[in-house]
Amino acid sequence: MALRTSPEVGGMGHSIKRKEDPRFIRGKGTYVDDVQLPGMLYLDIVRSPHAHAKIVKIDAAKAMAVPGVLAVITGQDLAKYNLHWMPTLMSDTQMVLPVEKVMYQAQEVAAVLATSRYAAADGAAAVEVQYDPLPVVVDPKKALEPGAPVLRTDKKDKKDNHIWHWEWGDKGATDRAFGEAAVTVKEDIYLPRIHVASIETCGCVAHFDRVNDKLTVWMTTQAPHAIRTVFALVAGHVGLAEHKIRIISPDIGGGFGGKVPVYPGYVIAVAASVLTGKPVKWIEDRMENLQADSFARDYHITAELAAKKDGTLTALRIKTLADHGYTDAAANPSKFPAGLFHVCTGSYDLKAAHVEVDGAYTNKPPGGIAYRCSFRVTEAVHTIERMVDLMAHQLNIDPADFRMKNFVKPEQFPYKSALGWEYDSGNYGGALKKAMDTIGYADLRREQAEKRKRGQLMGIGISSFTEIVGAGPSKHFDILGLKMFDSCEIRVHPTGKAIARFGTKSQGQGHETTYAQILAEELGIPAQDIQVEEGDTDTAPYGLGTYASRSTPVAGAAAAVAARKVRDKARKIAAYLLEVAEDDLVWEPGKFSVKGAPSKSKTIQDIAFAAYTNHPQGMEAGLEAVSYYDPPNLTYPFGSYICVVDIDSGTGEVKVRRFVAIDDCGNIINPMIVQGQVHGGLTMGLAPALYEEISYDEIGNVRGGSFIDYLVPTAVETPKWETGHTVTPSPHHPLGAKGVGESATVGAPAAIANAVVDALWYLGVRHIDIPITPAKVWKLLREKGVTE
Amino acid sequence: MLVKLSVNGEKHEANVEPRLLLVHMIREVLRLTGTHIGCDTTHCGACTILVDGQPVKSCTMFAVQAQGKQLMTVEGLEQNGKLHPLQEGFMAEHGLQCGYCTPGMLMTSYAFLKKHPKPSEDDIRWAISGNLCRCTGYVNIVKAVQHAAAAISQGGA
Amino acid sequence: MIPAAFEYHTPSTIGEATALLAKLGDDAKVLSGGQSLIPLMKLRLASPAHLVDINGIPGLSGIREADGFLRIGALTRESELEESEVVRSRYPLLHDTSKVIADPLVRNLATVGGNLAHGDPANDHPATMLALGAEIVAVGPKGERRVPIASFFTGPFATSLRPDEILVEIRIPSPPARSGGAYLKLERKVGDFATAAVAAQVTIGANGACEHVGIGLTNVGLTPIKATKAEAALKGKAPDEAAIKRAAELAAEASEPSADLRGSVEYKKDLVRVLTARALRKAVERAGSRR
Ligand SMILES: Cc1cc2nc3c(=O)[nH]c(=O)nc-3n(C[C@H](O)[C@H](O)[C@H](O)COP(=O)(O)OP(=O)(O)OC[C@H]3O[C@@H](n4cnc5c(N)ncnc54)[C@H](O)[C@@H]3O)c2cc1C
Ligand code: FES
Ligand code: FES
Repeated sequence: MALRTSPEVGGMGHSIKRKEDPRFIRGKGTYVDDVQLPGMLYLDIVRSPHAHAKIVKIDAAKAMAVPGVLAVITGQDLAKYNLHWMPTLMSDTQMVLPVEKVMYQAQEVAAVLATSRYAAADGAAAVEVQYDPLPVVVDPKKALEPGAPVLRTDKKDKKDNHIWHWEWGDKGATDRAFGEAAVTVKEDIYLPRIHVASIETCGCVAHFDRVNDKLTVWMTTQAPHAIRTVFALVAGHVGLAEHKIRIISPDIGGGFGGKVPVYPGYVIAVAASVLTGKPVKWIEDRMENLQADSFARDYHITAELAAKKDGTLTALRIKTLADHGYTDAAANPSKFPAGLFHVCTGSYDLKAAHVEVDGAYTNKPPGGIAYRCSFRVTEAVHTIERMVDLMAHQLNIDPADFRMKNFVKPEQFPYKSALGWEYDSGNYGGALKKAMDTIGYADLRREQAEKRKRGQLMGIGISSFTEIVGAGPSKHFDILGLKMFDSCEIRVHPTGKAIARFGTKSQGQGHETTYAQILAEELGIPAQDIQVEEGDTDTAPYGLGTYASRSTPVAGAAAAVAARKVRDKARKIAAYLLEVAEDDLVWEPGKFSVKGAPSKSKTIQDIAFAAYTNHPQGMEAGLEAVSYYDPPNLTYPFGSYICVVDIDSGTGEVKVRRFVAIDDCGNIINPMIVQGQVHGGLTMGLAPALYEEISYDEIGNVRGGSFIDYLVPTAVETPKWETGHTVTPSPHHPLGAKGVGESATVGAPAAIANAVVDALWYLGVRHIDIPITPAKVWKLLREKGVTE
Repeated sequence: MLVKLSVNGEKHEANVEPRLLLVHMIREVLRLTGTHIGCDTTHCGACTILVDGQPVKSCTMFAVQAQGKQLMTVEGLEQNGKLHPLQEGFMAEHGLQCGYCTPGMLMTSYAFLKKHPKPSEDDIRWAISGNLCRCTGYVNIVKAVQHAAAAISQGGA
Repeated sequence: MIPAAFEYHTPSTIGEATALLAKLGDDAKVLSGGQSLIPLMKLRLASPAHLVDINGIPGLSGIREADGFLRIGALTRESELEESEVVRSRYPLLHDTSKVIADPLVRNLATVGGNLAHGDPANDHPATMLALGAEIVAVGPKGERRVPIASFFTGPFATSLRPDEILVEIRIPSPPARSGGAYLKLERKVGDFATAAVAAQVTIGANGACEHVGIGLTNVGLTPIKATKAEAALKGKAPDEAAIKRAAELAAEASEPSADLRGSVEYKKDLVRVLTARALRKAVERAGSRR
């Protein structure tokens, strides 16, 4: 995209420095735990050591004797206000504090309120709880077997652990295509539970002001407005009306999806503040964060792919078992219980597809949130990219050639996928070609062949993913009925500076900078002169928040539309000032000038001043606008990643030697920020591919529940990412942009897994589930007779 | 117990419980909230500060152990209104996103560059391997440190 | 994660410290770098009523070669070991080890004495010291005694230190000419304890045979393991491929790992075999270049 503004204005395409950085590099950010109010109390939570157990007795006597402890709050206390259960985003129910039984290890059992963090911790350690263990259901397959203990005994008519069945696509056509197929491949793919593990954990400071009857909550949330509404809906009956609730989402230390849900700790803190009239702080520690906050993935997938003899793909069939823990608290658009998993035909022109998903209850924490991903897209991409690779290898066709052959072609856009999505734009072959050229694909294949002769294990893996982001059009997308629009409100001040507020919330993505750049592009006001604010529900316009890469596609579009409304009014004022007809004016960023007489012009700053001092008769003063943008479609970013791995046949270690990522997110607002998002996303793609997993033993003990065993990669494990991009604008987005925050997380794991299988295919290895640990690789190697 | 120490050149004293973690003393008693907390098991490095010039994890030290020591936190990097080249480097190279790990990264890098003024990329990666960042993928943090090293060698600090 | 309350003591002499320990008994713990103890206290897996901080006692830290020994003060930080010129040039096994313990920030506080006194079979120095044939110097109220490292580790998290004793120094015999060592550790990521690790130290005699062999194993048993059969098999033999392979197999046999998230028993045993062979090759190579 050609630059339309100068670097001083800093519109789209400029790598301007981030406006949020000056406070962060000085240690002057304000994160939730930095909020300290006079008289503030602290909350600490007692958690269950059992995965499934009746609560026989909670004895608070010793805890109450600890100096500084003011109260021990239990489910019984909350039940008095009917606050012991709360609804989930998927219309299920979740305990705030249990009354009868606990459903997973580390579940909240009681909360201790004290005058200091240390006293609260001492109090929590002193609470004595007597449990009566119940049979534990860990495996979702066993959960659905007849005779399995029914977990949700709170639901009167529930006779099993099946939550829902959901299917999509044309089953008949798909089955027929499989019947006619020359070649089919089938694989079981497990995408384990993982955790976003943002470096800041979750927490809040709840402050109920008894004089004004107003609740203010500083909290780690990606969706402050929706949270306000949820609080009002859940606690309306105890007198919390929506206009008396203010949610402030201050600086957030990473979100990635983990800060979308309402966790019990928030609710308890709010309840404690309302009851005491004092500010109450709750900050979870890392182990609580990993063990009790919402997880991502946990999909047991069986996929089949069909092709003709010549390698033309024809159909995809998927059956999936989704482990939701003890309640379905997934963060999905309400209509789609499996999120956008049905984008699983990926970048390929498949004529038929059918997907089935079944949800199951188990004795694990709830979740089904994103891991830097748009509603289960990683699950979809990983499946199709693994399957396509499997088919290519099966047919003995180079995986790059095979993809090229089966891609949706540029001329097919807008493309209607077999599962009903309308892809807006793409050039999949272009991105793959660029990735191959960058990495030197042909040379690598030669090197691989030579190494193989010497018994050295090297693999090359490709992932050509298509993302689906920017939820979403109101026709299909809502959360608890709230349509998934987003918003921008702009006010241009008399001196030509501006403030803009949004319904989203940055957690590191740099909204203060990129939104300012969009406005700079549209209005010609320098980005430096535009203050961007988000996260305070008392001031910002309503919006659904930041997750699923929706900020640029939705709120970014709202910014453009609102700016254009401002410009429309500015045009009227300019016409009045220049005494010409509106049609006689031409706009270039920052000024209107008279057609044919360029010296006669008014800058946006002139116009802003006039809007308050000299506006036309009959026009309202001021220069402001607001837009609630309802996107006409989703956007479909894509990319091609190629990864080279070397495998140590003695230890099973996989080393990523090179990784080239070519992304296409349409028009780019700030190249520096986009590249940064890709670097981070790639690292969060590497992590589950090789390192991270949360698993459970037979009795429901969590494994990987601290940073000792939850292996967030350091700078040493992380490869030196090589990035690049192609640009295929979105035709329906006002700026042609698509969203990029998550593409790399979605696309990278398959490239790595494909590379490992590519290295081992000749030994007869067909598939490895992620995370691909040295121990797993070693086992496969020894099974195939390879040793050092 | 009375603890006397100096932070960023300023003397402080406070009466604290021996079990008070140094990071809590810094954040909650001295109200220097630039130093963060990201874990319970000494893995993340968000709490990194300098104690007598050495970068350490302040969540794994008691405040009483810092008796009489010179501490430096992220708030001490800027001198007389002038940013340290590392701070400039992090901004110029987009070495931060959410900013949560940044103070720890800055303090580790600060001590590292004092000892290794001309580091290689791999040296830097090893040096910051006790600090986790979930946002940046480390690439630009490495560049930021290189940026600072170049600036310092040209007399920037 | 908040530790339970305790009383804090800062003795300024060894005598004072051991007297305190003798008086306080089991309720007290020595505090060195705190990098094992404080994490345990934060998780409340340890809640000592008294901490005896020995960091204020002069003379407990430093690295020097004297009387045919490398003498390492107990409070010497891992980072000092890593940066020490004498360690780098003469004790490559130690140098290797110091670089893979925890992470650079932890190494600025963690001490060599603490690493051994903690008695954790997952710690890296025990294997190193077993391979090097080190000696522990401990001081108690009744005076000083020396413990050969081979009899120091008595069980999981247990050593032959008495509750009122303080480890003050580690002595490593200075290696003769044509000696070399190497430490190889497989860790899941930086800062992780070893899935398995092997310390190897060899001295090659004039006839080309191994005069001395030391092999120590990390995190593959309830205590650190000295692979004595493997050492014996290689001793007196030329370190050719066959001999190294044989020693590696014997080392694997000596290991007694348990399965955990890092891997199965079979995996860890095989790792010991692979890493022992690699460590021995590297040690032999280094011995060759060190005359
Ligand atoms: C994140 C992390 C990762 C780590 N990874 C590794 C690793 O990979 N490899 C590894 O080897 N270690 C690792 N460690 C442990 C680290 O090296 C420890 O610091 C070390 O094991 C103990 O040394 P310390 O000085 O910190 O001892 P402290 O924590 O102070 O003490 C440990 C124990 O030893 C006792 N003790 C200490 N000094 C003496 C003494 N002089 N005399 C008598 N008793 C004493 C204490 O009472 C206590 O019981 C890791 C630690 C952390 C936090
Ligand atoms: S808070 Fe994570 S290392 Fe200190
Ligand atoms: S910038 Fe967010 S953790 Fe590093």
